[in-house]
Amino acid sequence: MEFKTELPIYLQVMASIKRDIVTGKLSPGEKLPSVRELAVNYTINPNTASRVYKELENEDACFTRRGMGTFVTDSIERIRTMKEEMAEELIGQFLEGMAQLGFAFEETIRLMGSHKKGEQQHAGM
Amino acid sequence: MLECRDIVKKYGSKTAVDSISLKIESGRIYALLGPNGSGKTTLMKMAIGLVKPSQGNFYYNDSPIGPDSRREIAYMSTEPYFYPWMNVKDVGDYYADFFEDFSMKKFEKLLERMHLEKSLKTKSLSSGMMAKLKIAVTMARKAKVYLLDEPLNGIDLLARDEIMTSIIEAADPDTAIVLSSHLVDELEKIIDTAYFIKDGLLVKTSQVEELRITEGKSIVDEYREIYGQGGNM
Repeated sequence: MEFKTELPIYLQVMASIKRDIVTGKLSPGEKLPSVRELAVNYTINPNTASRVYKELENEDACFTRRGMGTFVTDSIERIRTMKEEMAEELIGQFLEGMAQLGFAFEETIRLMGSHKKGEQQHAGM
Repeated sequence: MLECRDIVKKYGSKTAVDSISLKIESGRIYALLGPNGSGKTTLMKMAIGLVKPSQGNFYYNDSPIGPDSRREIAYMSTEPYFYPWMNVKDVGDYYADFFEDFSMKKFEKLLERMHLEKSLKTKSLSSGMMAKLKIAVTMARKAKVYLLDEPLNGIDLLARDEIMTSIIEAADPDTAIVLSSHLVDELEKIIDTAYFIKDGLLVKTSQVEELRITEGKSIVDEYREIYGQGGNM
Protein backbone atom coordinates (compact mmCIF):
# COMPACT_ATOMS: atom_id res chain seq x y z
CA MET A 1 0.00 0.00 0.00
CA GLU A 2 1.20 3.50 -0.87
CA PHE A 3 1.12 5.87 2.09
CA LYS A 4 0.87 9.61 2.23
CA THR A 5 3.91 10.36 4.35
CA GLU A 6 2.53 13.55 5.89
CA LEU A 7 -0.60 11.82 7.28
CA PRO A 8 -0.51 9.54 10.33
CA ILE A 9 0.16 5.99 9.12
CA TYR A 10 -2.22 4.49 11.69
CA LEU A 11 -5.17 6.46 10.22
CA GLN A 12 -4.33 5.29 6.71
CA VAL A 13 -4.14 1.64 7.75
CA MET A 14 -7.39 2.01 9.75
CA ALA A 15 -9.12 3.41 6.66
CA SER A 16 -7.85 0.52 4.57
CA ILE A 17 -9.14 -2.08 7.05
CA LYS A 18 -12.49 -0.29 7.40
CA ARG A 19 -12.85 -0.25 3.62
CA ASP A 20 -12.26 -4.01 3.62
CA ILE A 21 -14.93 -4.42 6.32
CA VAL A 22 -17.67 -2.35 4.67
CA THR A 23 -17.05 -3.84 1.22
CA GLY A 24 -17.24 -7.36 2.64
CA LYS A 25 -13.65 -8.29 1.82
CA LEU A 26 -13.43 -8.94 5.55
CA SER A 27 -16.47 -10.72 6.99
CA PRO A 28 -18.25 -9.84 10.27
CA GLY A 29 -16.52 -11.65 13.13
CA GLU A 30 -13.52 -12.65 10.98
CA LYS A 31 -10.16 -13.01 12.72
CA LEU A 32 -7.67 -10.29 11.82
CA PRO A 33 -3.91 -10.84 11.51
CA SER A 34 -1.74 -10.51 14.62
CA VAL A 35 -0.11 -7.15 15.30
CA ARG A 36 3.19 -8.43 13.92
CA GLU A 37 1.54 -9.86 10.80
CA LEU A 38 -0.26 -6.58 10.27
CA ALA A 39 3.07 -4.72 10.57
CA VAL A 40 4.67 -7.06 8.04
CA ASN A 41 1.70 -6.98 5.63
CA TYR A 42 1.68 -3.19 5.46
CA THR A 43 5.46 -2.79 6.06
CA ILE A 44 4.81 -0.52 9.02
CA ASN A 45 6.17 -0.04 12.52
CA PRO A 46 4.80 -2.66 14.97
CA ASN A 47 3.84 0.02 17.53
CA THR A 48 1.83 1.74 14.81
CA ALA A 49 0.16 -1.59 13.97
CA SER A 50 -0.75 -2.04 17.62
CA ARG A 51 -2.26 1.44 17.67
CA VAL A 52 -4.36 0.60 14.59
CA TYR A 53 -6.14 -2.18 16.51
CA LYS A 54 -6.53 -0.07 19.64
CA GLU A 55 -8.21 2.74 17.70
CA LEU A 56 -10.38 0.35 15.67
CA GLU A 57 -11.52 -1.12 18.96
CA ASN A 58 -12.35 2.35 20.29
CA GLU A 59 -14.54 2.82 17.23
CA ASP A 60 -16.18 -0.58 17.76
CA ALA A 61 -14.98 -1.63 14.32
CA CYS A 62 -13.28 -4.64 15.88
CA PHE A 63 -12.82 -6.32 19.23
CA THR A 64 -10.03 -8.22 20.98
CA ARG A 65 -10.35 -11.50 22.87
CA ARG A 66 -7.55 -11.99 25.34
CA GLY A 67 -5.18 -14.64 24.07
CA MET A 68 -7.19 -15.17 20.90
CA GLY A 69 -6.56 -12.08 18.84
CA THR A 70 -8.48 -9.30 17.19
CA PHE A 71 -11.69 -9.81 15.22
CA VAL A 72 -13.91 -7.76 12.90
CA THR A 73 -17.04 -6.56 14.69
CA ASP A 74 -19.90 -9.05 14.34
CA SER A 75 -22.49 -6.27 14.49
CA ILE A 76 -24.10 -5.82 11.04
CA GLU A 77 -25.62 -2.59 12.37
CA ARG A 78 -22.16 -1.18 13.24
CA ILE A 79 -20.82 -2.12 9.78
CA ARG A 80 -23.78 -0.28 8.20
CA THR A 81 -23.15 2.88 10.25
CA MET A 82 -19.43 2.62 9.45
CA LYS A 83 -20.27 2.61 5.76
CA GLU A 84 -22.47 5.68 6.22
CA GLU A 85 -19.75 7.50 8.18
CA MET A 86 -17.22 6.76 5.45
CA ALA A 87 -19.66 7.98 2.76
CA GLU A 88 -20.27 11.17 4.77
CA GLU A 89 -16.55 11.76 4.96
CA LEU A 90 -16.05 11.29 1.20
CA ILE A 91 -18.96 13.61 0.38
CA GLY A 92 -17.59 16.20 2.78
CA GLN A 93 -14.18 16.10 1.11
CA PHE A 94 -15.73 16.30 -2.35
CA LEU A 95 -17.98 19.25 -1.47
CA GLU A 96 -15.06 21.06 0.12
CA GLY A 97 -13.03 20.57 -3.05
CA MET A 98 -15.90 21.85 -5.20
CA ALA A 99 -16.40 24.86 -2.91
CA GLN A 100 -12.70 25.67 -3.26
CA LEU A 101 -13.18 25.65 -7.05
CA GLY A 102 -16.04 28.14 -6.53
CA PHE A 103 -19.04 25.88 -7.12
CA ALA A 104 -22.10 26.45 -4.92
CA PHE A 105 -23.91 23.40 -3.59
CA GLU A 106 -26.81 23.58 -6.11
CA GLU A 107 -24.42 24.00 -9.00
CA THR A 108 -22.44 20.99 -7.82
CA ILE A 109 -25.64 18.91 -7.76
CA ARG A 110 -26.49 20.08 -11.32
CA LEU A 111 -22.97 19.15 -12.53
CA MET A 112 -23.28 15.73 -10.94
CA GLY A 113 -26.59 15.22 -12.75
CA SER A 114 -25.11 16.02 -16.15
CA HIS A 115 -22.02 13.94 -15.34
CA LYS A 116 -24.25 10.95 -14.69
CA LYS A 117 -26.18 11.53 -17.94
CA GLY A 118 -22.87 11.69 -19.82
CA GLU A 119 -21.83 8.37 -18.34
CA GLN A 120 -25.10 6.75 -19.42
CA GLN A 121 -24.65 8.08 -22.96
CA HIS A 122 -21.15 6.62 -23.09
CA ALA A 123 -22.47 3.32 -21.79
CA GLY A 124 -25.16 3.30 -24.50
CA MET A 125 -22.71 3.86 -27.34
CA MET B 1 18.75 -0.02 27.55
CA LEU B 2 21.53 1.51 25.39
CA GLU B 3 22.57 5.10 25.86
CA CYS B 4 25.44 7.49 25.42
CA ARG B 5 26.20 10.60 27.44
CA ASP B 6 28.17 13.51 26.00
CA ILE B 7 30.13 11.22 23.74
CA VAL B 8 32.90 12.77 21.61
CA LYS B 9 35.16 11.32 18.92
CA LYS B 10 37.99 13.33 17.45
CA TYR B 11 40.24 12.27 14.62
CA GLY B 12 43.17 14.68 14.88
CA SER B 13 41.69 18.15 14.61
CA LYS B 14 38.40 16.89 13.11
CA THR B 15 35.48 16.22 15.45
CA ALA B 16 33.48 13.30 13.99
CA VAL B 17 31.00 13.08 16.90
CA ASP B 18 30.48 16.18 18.98
CA SER B 19 29.06 15.62 22.47
CA ILE B 20 26.03 13.47 21.58
CA SER B 21 23.68 12.11 24.26
CA LEU B 22 20.87 9.78 23.25
CA LYS B 23 18.86 6.82 24.49
CA ILE B 24 17.75 3.62 22.80
CA GLU B 25 14.82 1.90 24.55
CA SER B 26 13.49 -1.61 23.97
CA GLY B 27 10.34 -2.09 21.91
CA ARG B 28 11.21 0.69 19.50
CA ILE B 29 12.79 1.21 16.10
CA TYR B 30 15.15 4.17 15.66
CA ALA B 31 16.81 5.85 12.72
CA LEU B 32 20.07 7.74 12.74
CA LEU B 33 19.64 10.14 9.85
CA GLY B 34 22.05 12.47 8.14
CA PRO B 35 24.11 12.85 4.99
CA ASN B 36 27.22 10.73 4.45
CA GLY B 37 30.02 11.88 6.70
CA SER B 38 27.75 13.33 9.41
CA GLY B 39 29.00 10.91 12.09
CA LYS B 40 26.41 8.11 12.05
CA THR B 41 28.85 5.28 11.45
CA THR B 42 31.34 6.53 14.05
CA LEU B 43 28.51 6.73 16.58
CA MET B 44 27.41 3.15 15.87
CA LYS B 45 30.96 1.87 16.04
CA MET B 46 31.36 3.46 19.47
CA ALA B 47 28.11 1.80 20.58
CA ILE B 48 29.57 -1.62 19.83
CA GLY B 49 33.05 -0.79 21.12
CA LEU B 50 34.86 -0.87 17.77
CA VAL B 51 35.85 2.79 18.08
CA LYS B 52 37.06 4.23 21.36
CA PRO B 53 35.45 7.54 22.30
CA SER B 54 37.69 10.56 22.96
CA GLN B 55 35.32 11.54 25.76
CA GLY B 56 32.16 10.09 27.30
CA ASN B 57 30.92 6.55 26.77
CA PHE B 58 28.14 4.24 25.71
CA TYR B 59 26.27 2.34 28.43
CA TYR B 60 24.32 -0.88 28.05
CA ASN B 61 21.86 -1.43 30.93
CA ASP B 62 23.82 1.21 32.87
CA SER B 63 27.23 -0.46 32.53
CA PRO B 64 29.92 0.80 30.15
CA ILE B 65 29.81 -1.32 27.01
CA GLY B 66 32.29 -4.18 26.86
CA PRO B 67 32.60 -7.81 25.73
CA ASP B 68 29.50 -8.78 27.73
CA SER B 69 27.23 -6.26 26.06
CA ARG B 70 28.54 -7.26 22.65
CA ARG B 71 26.96 -10.66 23.18
CA GLU B 72 23.54 -9.00 23.20
CA ILE B 73 24.13 -6.31 20.59
CA ALA B 74 24.18 -7.34 16.93
CA TYR B 75 25.99 -4.96 14.62
CA MET B 76 25.98 -4.84 10.84
CA SER B 77 28.67 -2.64 9.31
CA THR B 78 28.55 -1.04 5.88
CA GLU B 79 31.72 -2.67 4.62
CA PRO B 80 31.53 -6.37 3.68
CA TYR B 81 33.36 -8.49 6.22
CA PHE B 82 33.34 -12.01 4.84
CA TYR B 83 36.38 -13.87 3.56
CA PRO B 84 36.21 -14.17 -0.22
CA TRP B 85 36.59 -17.95 -0.15
CA MET B 86 33.41 -18.33 1.91
CA ASN B 87 30.12 -19.37 0.41
CA VAL B 88 26.77 -18.40 1.95
CA LYS B 89 26.67 -21.51 4.13
CA ASP B 90 30.19 -20.83 5.47
CA VAL B 91 29.09 -17.36 6.53
CA GLY B 92 26.32 -18.92 8.64
CA ASP B 93 28.73 -21.45 10.19
CA TYR B 94 31.21 -18.66 10.94
CA TYR B 95 28.51 -16.67 12.75
CA ALA B 96 27.27 -19.76 14.59
CA ASP B 97 30.82 -20.21 15.98
CA PHE B 98 31.03 -16.61 17.09
CA PHE B 99 27.61 -15.92 18.57
CA GLU B 100 25.68 -18.06 21.01
CA ASP B 101 22.41 -16.39 20.05
CA PHE B 102 22.80 -17.28 16.34
CA SER B 103 19.98 -19.50 15.05
CA MET B 104 20.82 -21.60 11.99
CA LYS B 105 17.11 -22.31 11.52
CA LYS B 106 16.31 -18.62 11.38
CA PHE B 107 19.26 -18.02 9.04
CA GLU B 108 17.98 -20.67 6.65
CA LYS B 109 14.48 -19.19 6.76
CA LEU B 110 15.86 -15.74 5.95
CA LEU B 111 18.00 -17.12 3.09
CA GLU B 112 14.92 -18.75 1.64
CA ARG B 113 12.92 -15.53 1.78
CA MET B 114 15.76 -13.62 0.18
CA HIS B 115 16.36 -16.23 -2.52
CA LEU B 116 20.00 -16.78 -1.58
CA GLU B 117 21.51 -20.16 -2.41
CA LYS B 118 23.79 -21.62 0.26
CA SER B 119 26.38 -22.66 -2.30
CA LEU B 120 26.94 -19.13 -3.67
CA LYS B 121 30.46 -17.78 -3.18
CA THR B 122 30.50 -14.46 -1.37
CA LYS B 123 32.97 -12.99 -3.88
CA SER B 124 30.48 -13.60 -6.70
CA LEU B 125 27.55 -11.84 -4.97
CA SER B 126 26.08 -8.65 -6.44
CA SER B 127 25.86 -5.65 -4.10
CA GLY B 128 22.14 -6.32 -3.56
CA MET B 129 22.74 -9.98 -2.70
CA MET B 130 25.58 -9.01 -0.36
CA ALA B 131 23.26 -6.54 1.41
CA LYS B 132 20.67 -9.30 1.86
CA LEU B 133 23.24 -11.79 3.15
CA LYS B 134 24.53 -9.26 5.69
CA ILE B 135 20.98 -8.69 6.93
CA ALA B 136 20.15 -12.42 7.04
CA VAL B 137 23.23 -13.30 9.06
CA THR B 138 22.72 -10.37 11.46
CA MET B 139 18.98 -10.84 12.00
CA ALA B 140 19.50 -14.60 12.55
CA ARG B 141 20.94 -13.62 15.94
CA LYS B 142 18.45 -13.31 18.80
CA ALA B 143 19.98 -10.08 20.04
CA LYS B 144 18.52 -7.43 22.36
CA VAL B 145 19.78 -4.58 20.21
CA TYR B 146 20.33 -4.56 16.45
CA LEU B 147 22.54 -1.82 15.04
CA LEU B 148 22.26 -1.78 11.25
CA ASP B 149 24.48 0.64 9.38
CA GLU B 150 22.93 1.61 6.02
CA PRO B 151 20.87 -1.57 5.56
CA LEU B 152 19.12 -0.19 2.46
CA ASN B 153 22.12 1.19 0.63
CA GLY B 154 22.58 0.28 -3.03
CA ILE B 155 19.81 -2.26 -3.40
CA ASP B 156 16.76 -2.60 -5.62
CA LEU B 157 13.13 -2.15 -4.61
CA LEU B 158 12.29 -5.84 -4.15
CA ALA B 159 15.36 -6.50 -2.01
CA ARG B 160 14.37 -3.49 0.08
CA ASP B 161 10.96 -5.00 0.80
CA GLU B 162 12.59 -8.27 1.87
CA ILE B 163 15.00 -6.44 4.15
CA MET B 164 12.26 -4.25 5.67
CA THR B 165 10.15 -7.35 6.40
CA SER B 166 13.09 -9.03 8.14
CA ILE B 167 13.62 -5.92 10.25
CA ILE B 168 9.95 -5.62 11.23
CA GLU B 169 9.80 -9.31 12.15
CA ALA B 170 12.74 -8.87 14.53
CA ALA B 171 10.98 -6.06 16.39
CA ASP B 172 9.43 -7.07 19.70
CA PRO B 173 8.88 -5.49 23.12
CA ASP B 174 12.28 -6.67 24.43
CA THR B 175 14.26 -5.59 21.41
CA ALA B 176 15.57 -2.29 20.11
CA ILE B 177 16.52 -1.69 16.49
CA VAL B 178 18.66 1.17 15.21
CA LEU B 179 18.99 1.85 11.49
CA SER B 180 21.30 4.40 9.97
CA SER B 181 20.47 5.78 6.59
CA HIS B 182 20.70 8.69 4.24
CA LEU B 183 17.65 7.29 2.41
CA VAL B 184 15.07 8.92 4.63
CA ASP B 185 11.83 8.19 2.80
CA GLU B 186 12.42 4.43 2.92
CA LEU B 187 12.32 4.48 6.71
CA GLU B 188 9.32 6.77 7.09
CA LYS B 189 6.85 3.95 7.75
CA ILE B 190 8.86 1.72 10.01
CA ILE B 191 10.60 3.87 12.61
CA ASP B 192 9.33 5.26 15.91
CA THR B 193 12.03 7.85 16.49
CA ALA B 194 14.43 9.73 14.22
CA TYR B 195 17.71 11.18 15.43
CA PHE B 196 19.03 13.77 13.00
CA ILE B 197 22.84 14.05 12.99
CA LYS B 198 24.59 16.99 11.34
CA ASP B 199 28.35 17.61 11.39
CA GLY B 200 28.73 15.31 14.39
CA LEU B 201 25.95 16.97 16.39
CA LEU B 202 22.55 15.60 17.34
CA VAL B 203 20.45 18.49 15.98
CA LYS B 204 16.93 17.10 16.37
CA THR B 205 14.91 14.19 17.71
CA SER B 206 11.51 13.46 16.17
CA GLN B 207 8.78 11.02 17.12
CA VAL B 208 7.68 10.36 13.56
CA GLU B 209 4.02 9.35 13.99
CA GLU B 210 3.54 12.23 16.48
CA LEU B 211 5.06 14.57 13.92
CA ARG B 212 2.50 13.47 11.34
CA ILE B 213 -0.36 13.78 13.84
CA THR B 214 0.48 17.16 15.37
CA GLU B 215 2.19 18.96 12.49
CA GLY B 216 1.19 17.03 9.37
CA LYS B 217 4.87 16.66 8.55
CA SER B 218 6.88 13.72 7.28
CA ILE B 219 10.47 13.06 8.28
CA VAL B 220 11.43 13.84 4.70
CA ASP B 221 10.06 17.37 5.36
CA GLU B 222 12.12 17.51 8.56
CA TYR B 223 15.19 16.31 6.74
CA ARG B 224 14.85 19.03 4.10
CA GLU B 225 14.44 21.70 6.77
CA ILE B 226 17.48 20.52 8.69
CA TYR B 227 19.89 19.87 5.86
CA GLY B 228 18.53 22.23 3.21
CA GLN B 229 18.57 21.57 -0.53
CA GLY B 230 22.30 20.84 -0.34
CA GLY B 231 21.57 17.80 1.84
CA ASN B 232 22.67 14.54 0.33
CA MET B 233 19.28 12.92 -0.36
